Amino acid sequence: MISNNLNNLLSLAPFSLAHSEKEVILNKALISLTKHHIENCIEYEKITNFINLDLNKIFNYVDLPFLPVRLFKQFELLSVPKSQIIKTMTSSGTTGQSLSKIFLDRSTSTFQIKVLTKIVSSLIGNQRLPMVVIDSPDVIGDRSKFSARGAGIIGFSMFGNDRIFCLNSDMSLNIDLFIQYLSKHKNSKILLFGFTYIVWLHFYQELINRNISLDLSNCILIHGGGWKKLLIDKNINAFDFKRQLYDICGIRNVYDYYGMVEQTGTINIECSEGFLHPSIFSDIIIRDPFDFSVVENGKIGLIEVVSILPYSYPGHILLTEDEGIIYGVDNCKCGKLGKYFKVLGRVKNAEKRGCSDTYVS
Amino acid sequence: MQKNADAATLMLVNNPLVEVHSSSDFNEDALFSASVLSPFSIAVIDLLSTISAKIIRNKLITLYPDVLYFAFWCSRKNLTKLASTYQAGSNRFGRGVIFHIAPSNVPINFAFSMVAGLLAGNVNIIRLPSSNFPQVQIICDAVVEALDMPEHKLLRNQLLLIRYPHNKSITDYLSKKCNVRIIWGGDNAINEIRNSPLSPNSFDITFADRYSICIINSAFYLSYQNKAKIAKDFYNDTYLLDQNACSSPHLIIWVGNDSDTCLAKNVFWSYLHNLLLEKYSLSPINAINKLSDSYFSAINLKDSHLVKAEDNLIIRISIDKLFEGIENFKSSCGFFYEFNAVNISELSSIVNSKYQTITYLGFDYDYFNLFINNFIPKGIDRIVPIGKALDFNLTWDGFDLITSLSRIIHFDAFE
Repeated sequence: MISNNLNNLLSLAPFSLAHSEKEVILNKALISLTKHHIENCIEYEKITNFINLDLNKIFNYVDLPFLPVRLFKQFELLSVPKSQIIKTMTSSGTTGQSLSKIFLDRSTSTFQIKVLTKIVSSLIGNQRLPMVVIDSPDVIGDRSKFSARGAGIIGFSMFGNDRIFCLNSDMSLNIDLFIQYLSKHKNSKILLFGFTYIVWLHFYQELINRNISLDLSNCILIHGGGWKKLLIDKNINAFDFKRQLYDICGIRNVYDYYGMVEQTGTINIECSEGFLHPSIFSDIIIRDPFDFSVVENGKIGLIEVVSILPYSYPGHILLTEDEGIIYGVDNCKCGKLGKYFKVLGRVKNAEKRGCSDTYVS
Repeated sequence: MQKNADAATLMLVNNPLVEVHSSSDFNEDALFSASVLSPFSIAVIDLLSTISAKIIRNKLITLYPDVLYFAFWCSRKNLTKLASTYQAGSNRFGRGVIFHIAPSNVPINFAFSMVAGLLAGNVNIIRLPSSNFPQVQIICDAVVEALDMPEHKLLRNQLLLIRYPHNKSITDYLSKKCNVRIIWGGDNAINEIRNSPLSPNSFDITFADRYSICIINSAFYLSYQNKAKIAKDFYNDTYLLDQNACSSPHLIIWVGNDSDTCLAKNVFWSYLHNLLLEKYSLSPINAINKLSDSYFSAINLKDSHLVKAEDNLIIRISIDKLFEGIENFKSSCGFFYEFNAVNISELSSIVNSKYQTITYLGFDYDYFNLFINNFIPKGIDRIVPIGKALDFNLTWDGFDLITSLSRIIHFDAFE
């Protein structure tokens, strides 16, 4: 039943549903998924019992319980028999101490790929493009433990042909390789992909320092990973980023995306107006940390992400540790329908808890 | 920093918080040849009462009830009272140099440690918490001013307040040179610091991770007039330090019949909630932490239920059974397990050596005495009224600090 729904949606343009229409679909899908996870994931059932959830009283996905993303580091959460799992995504947290484990069965994995393709195609078209990853090949070297960076690269690589990495192991820019590649594919659009901070530090800064000017007007840059580091370390915001990249290499098509390993497939992509958009397969809610109520548009709060894809694991409704703002619904000047938002960054970390922080690494 | 300056002058010349960068910053002569005193010496009592007076005059004091409490504790009146209960033995003196490592969760803890060390007659090097607590600054300012006064000149070498980021070589140096090392938790810090060896003649006093609870007599609570005061007292035991102190309760046990308990809970938490709306600010990360911790408990514990609340200020988890290991499920910033008991003896199944403080309302000495003598619990160091969880006592976690930090020169007569 769920796959029928999904297949129908896959035939639509990924940002073409007004919120009120989307809501009907999301309500049905998310309530149904919640039932499924209660019936098939013991830990999820324990949580719903713990909070005394009565699904009979719930009609809107806004009232469904949200799991803190952290839980996927602490528990192995599955909603299908383990034998049906074909892929396990893992992603270390920022401290590198524990791994989120996301279990995918065939159908969840397939749909994640289809949805990701649908969304990314709206940016790059329907063909695979020659692809340059702005990172070092070492980042996907150790397959047993990808960082979030590695996971993103693997995910996006399916849109690329003849993929190269343009940074060396020491993160220096292999400019010769890059120029060669540009020349080899001079008649094609080229997809550049990288982690926001890495693109800035090891690509943009390098071009500036070495006084290299390139013509990348036929390239599309998709980047993710957040702005916090750039803002804090270099005082560069999204506007500066795009502007300065354009100045150095004429690249116009620069798109940020917001996604996470706990909900792959349903990424949120940046539009021409600088806002992030969830597709018809997912949505964003902003909650007040004081009482988790939904805040009004324009106000900051914690980002909750909902997605109709997570079937083999209870990741359909998650509370992230990021803060964001929803700016409006259905009226973004870029033409995409649905909500549109910005991510401000990670929640400010608490002082470490317990008796002494001095020696806990 | 002047390398060869008198160690205590290091503190005075700069700012009360001396930043130490290497072990060569210490003036060995000044520090390690300073004299020890007898416990409760007049000079130390004089110094502490000066410090007390200075703190009380600080305008910021009303914001920090913990600092105010410290100041009253160090008043001449209180110290004289303590001195009189202490049995002076002849030829008892401080042990030498005490290296104190303060915890980061309770700002004033370093000060009590310092005072215990001073009262026992020692030279004290105190490593301050890494966070910038205002309480620490207020106390350090008062200490520096007091030591600067001519009447306290003799004690200038008794005290050095230092701060340094993680630096094993400094910790190694001080550990090797001290006579006693006092480590105020937690377990991880103690294990880490124990990588720095002591010299053979020295020993550790450690205060490891502890667990505390609160027990309330429902009927007594309902009949108690000043419920706002109880809320305030409970707040001081818990939210004042984000529930991070070892003495802060994480499990609340209600004793009484069902209807009294049901009503008492509603009233108690309601009073507390009103106080929190006024005084406490829950940061977003702590809201997430509490949600995560509550779901962690939901998965791991049987028979636990989240009590519905209108906001995230107070997270209450009601449990149907007391279970061993409950101390492993604590959180902070307002996260409580609740259990209805018929009698305190039900605790006997779960109390272990981690249990430190029981705060209570509505019971008397006999009630606890019966429990203690019938069950001889493996833990519990103190039983105090709600509001006094953070009160300091020179006997702490079972250590009599004055006798532990001093030594006797024993004399046998010739027959």
